[in-house]
Amino acid sequence: MASDTMGSPGPVEIAMREKLVTLLQPSKLIIINESQLHRHHAAMRSQGGGNGETHFAVQVISDAFKGKNTVQRHRLIYSALSEEFSQGLHALSLNTKTSEEAQRYQAENCQGRE
Amino acid sequence: MFQSALRTPLRSTGALFPLSRCLKSQTFRRFLSQESRTKIQAAVTEYPVVLFMKGSPEQPMCGFSRGVVKILSAFDIPPEKFKIYNVLEDVELRTGIKEFSEWPTIPQLYVNGEFVGGSDIALSMFQLGELEALLEQHGVIPKASESPS
Repeated sequence: MASDTMGSPGPVEIAMREKLVTLLQPSKLIIINESQLHRHHAAMRSQGGGNGETHFAVQVISDAFKGKNTVQRHRLIYSALSEEFSQGLHALSLNTKTSEEAQRYQAENCQGRE
Repeated sequence: MFQSALRTPLRSTGALFPLSRCLKSQTFRRFLSQESRTKIQAAVTEYPVVLFMKGSPEQPMCGFSRGVVKILSAFDIPPEKFKIYNVLEDVELRTGIKEFSEWPTIPQLYVNGEFVGGSDIALSMFQLGELEALLEQHGVIPKASESPS
């Protein structure tokens, strides 16, 4: 489980990871802090650049997603993080797959390189 | 636990739920008045395609909103079938639409009164050809097979 931050994960990222692991029991969970990319945007500037934990990209592979369409998967994650959203989390880019979908994606996208 | 509560409208049986479950299921429903809900419901069904974004197509105020506008502009949707709301101009709308859609972020895309998704979903559907298919299915754009090649 990798975390691509410029330092150690902040409290929001730690809370997110804990909640998502509990909720989804993922085989893979990557959380990337992209807040630095957005700190100059108008909305962030008005917050003094934000707290450095405003925008994240999350990739999850979990079979808790089986039978759920994309909107349902995203809602599942959003509802688990509602507290974070009300406290400064601004945007979450989500990539959600079941283990089967991840394997299929891998197979389809690596073929051309053989 | 509260997944089904999020997907179905909260019936007026709040008094029957234990307080702790009430608090959780009310996360998205704390502020939306019936009047606001009715207004938003009317807004998402008034046009076949409705987009709630930050800023305008000419001046998007957020990269995610800009992305969805760009994607949609690829389809040449007739203006009479497409309505765009700038949530930055209306605080009540900005918070109301999040509760209404049970979705905490903007942009939000609706097609024929049904919530389609935000920026990730719109982009993914666009890349897979699903967005075009959806717009064709709802008569927003002509089917590609109908135009001469």
